[in-house]
Amino acid sequence: MGHPALAADFTADRERARWHDRALWFVREKRDRMATGVPEWELLRETASAIKRHTQSLMADYLQQFEANATRHGAVVHWAADAAEHNRIVLAILQQHRVQRLVKSKSMLTEECHLNPYLEEHGIQVVDTDLGERIVQLREEPPSHIVLPAIHIKKEEVGECFHQHLGTEKGAADPKYLTEAARGHLRSCFCEADAGLTGVNFAIAETGGIVICTNEGNADLGIGLPKIHIACMGMEKLLPRTADLSVFLRLLARSATGQPITTYSSHFHGPQQGGELHIVIVDNGRSEILHSEFRQSLDCIRCGACMNTCPVYRRSGGHSYESTVPGPIGSILTPLQSPAQHSTLPFACSLCGSCTDVCPVKIPLHHQLFAMRERLDQQQLIGLSKKLQMKALSVIMSTTWLYSLVGRMARLALRVLPKALIQNPLTPAGQWARQRELPEAPAKSFRQLYAERQQQQTAHRPSEPHSSAPERTTHAEI
Amino acid sequence: MKVALFIPCYVDQFYPEVGMATVQVLESFGVDVCFPEQQTCCGQPMANSGCMPEARPLAEKFVETFTDFDYVVSPSGSCVSMVRNHYDHLVSPHDQQAATVRRQTLELSEFLLQVLHLQSVPGSYPHRVGLHQSCHGLRELRLGPCSESMTPRQSLLQQLLGGFTGISFSQLQRRDECCGFGGTFAVAEEAVSAMMGEDRINDHLQAGTEVLTAGDMSCLMHLDGIIRRRKLPIKVLHYAQIMAQAMQQVPATQLLAAVGQT
Repeated sequence: MGHPALAADFTADRERARWHDRALWFVREKRDRMATGVPEWELLRETASAIKRHTQSLMADYLQQFEANATRHGAVVHWAADAAEHNRIVLAILQQHRVQRLVKSKSMLTEECHLNPYLEEHGIQVVDTDLGERIVQLREEPPSHIVLPAIHIKKEEVGECFHQHLGTEKGAADPKYLTEAARGHLRSCFCEADAGLTGVNFAIAETGGIVICTNEGNADLGIGLPKIHIACMGMEKLLPRTADLSVFLRLLARSATGQPITTYSSHFHGPQQGGELHIVIVDNGRSEILHSEFRQSLDCIRCGACMNTCPVYRRSGGHSYESTVPGPIGSILTPLQSPAQHSTLPFACSLCGSCTDVCPVKIPLHHQLFAMRERLDQQQLIGLSKKLQMKALSVIMSTTWLYSLVGRMARLALRVLPKALIQNPLTPAGQWARQRELPEAPAKSFRQLYAERQQQQTAHRPSEPHSSAPERTTHAEI
Repeated sequence: MKVALFIPCYVDQFYPEVGMATVQVLESFGVDVCFPEQQTCCGQPMANSGCMPEARPLAEKFVETFTDFDYVVSPSGSCVSMVRNHYDHLVSPHDQQAATVRRQTLELSEFLLQVLHLQSVPGSYPHRVGLHQSCHGLRELRLGPCSESMTPRQSLLQQLLGGFTGISFSQLQRRDECCGFGGTFAVAEEAVSAMMGEDRINDHLQAGTEVLTAGDMSCLMHLDGIIRRRKLPIKVLHYAQIMAQAMQQVPATQLLAAVGQT
């Protein structure tokens, strides 16, 4: 369907769209307060960006170092070239241990690989244990935000969903009551699970350890009870040293939710006693991105700050992006993987640049979106009518007299033609005029007025051509 | 000092009074401006659409048009940003001439404050003014503090207008959110664009804005379109128009005295 149509649907319910906008703006403002409280905030961002740049320049070396150290701790490291291989590896581990019930903490990577439906097809019951993710899982829809997966759902709707699936009282919408119900439900899932799967926020090359950040402690429960722990990570999660965490942990939660730090930042070095730890490192297109002009998009630490700040995301909702990672960063990453299906995403952006300034690792997001548009044009994916319009505009603007002539004709048309004709909804002017007036066309352009003024000045005051203010009143009186 | 005026194509065609106000403001401070008639468009609509081959001839034309000047001044942060920040792939990196033109292309407030070093500008403007911080001026040219960034910065616009007697500024709930114009975005994503504009205007309404101003007529064209459709009591003016009007009664010598040591 494309972003414009889905976004139009979302904004059609103005009340709801405004509620969504305000909910995310609230998070953005919390982030601002947190960032203000750290005097060295901009230095932290710069440092994080530099660490990522360094790590990526030595990616292969650090990956091998990580594998060696993780193995030393007793973890088993698996390498997956793409989503399919990742899913096969996870399934094989589960089948080998006859796992029937899997609990998962939040992992955008497994969303990207569509792991849940794959495992369910093979008879494995998968329960997402992050509260927001559990809500969207019960509603059988994808997350709409990478940090706040159910941000698009109102508490009354959660109440209805829990009433249907968990047997809570009909009409109950008290968050505390609903959360209690979810805790009870999830507790039994944790106890019954045969294996736990988590994402990875950071993998440390020098120690072979992994770090998982959650607010609900669901990752810790999910891998503390069952003996099998599978941790899935995109290869870009790597950091060289433990000391680097001091930069990233300070940035992550502040940027994500406006907290100084996540409630749980858990470090794992090898499996628990008598258990197994499998770390699946996934490429799935990342190597290619690493060697492209979009390299910096791999710096992303999945904080979601660019979504919270994006004026388009806030008003169009995460589902309008039809992509695992929505918002500004998703509009770069997703068209890199499947440009034809997602060609409208880089244009779902006013190029305001707020995302770039809010990004804790300084990804030049709006400049990458700008560059992505060029790539789509090179792939002939921007649409024929837009391309033809731009070709025509380029020809007109390249020749000054033609530009002046077309400008004069356009202004005349705006003044004399009937509104119904100009505002034909099939034309760009008609689209513009759906909710806005077109500009009023003046009789003369600036260059005409300027030339007239120059003539008058030379005629009247040939000796002092620049001595006074212009003849014409040059501003509108208010 | 040879100063050329760059009047963006849509300002030339739809807002000639903004161009004239820019001339008036510059001349008030003793600047001898020239308008090279060959100029058309900086190429931004094509570049923002991803069409670099279509933008290239316009970047070349821009450089050629403005080569012989010390400064190119424009009342548009967005077009200036296009020239300064986005010509990298459009002109040769070895072209010294192009590099010079790009470096010396300035938004009006940059020229007034950083080249002319204007000290508090005299004038009178007894109105409540709502400043719309146009994104490209704000986040690409850094003409003011951005709410996302913790780097302290001075607002050039506030510096220019703040000295006028009687002026007051609206206190907005979101001081620098995008208006939703975004070039072809305004049409391609019409629904979101219009909602963004509506939200900005509602913020100005609650803040009591009488006159809405910005450094980019493109944002103002979009916002004015919504204001006129909804018949709201907000007047829309480019800040050059506000300056021209505020300084109207000020003696020429006093205006010239505001120019600092260059």
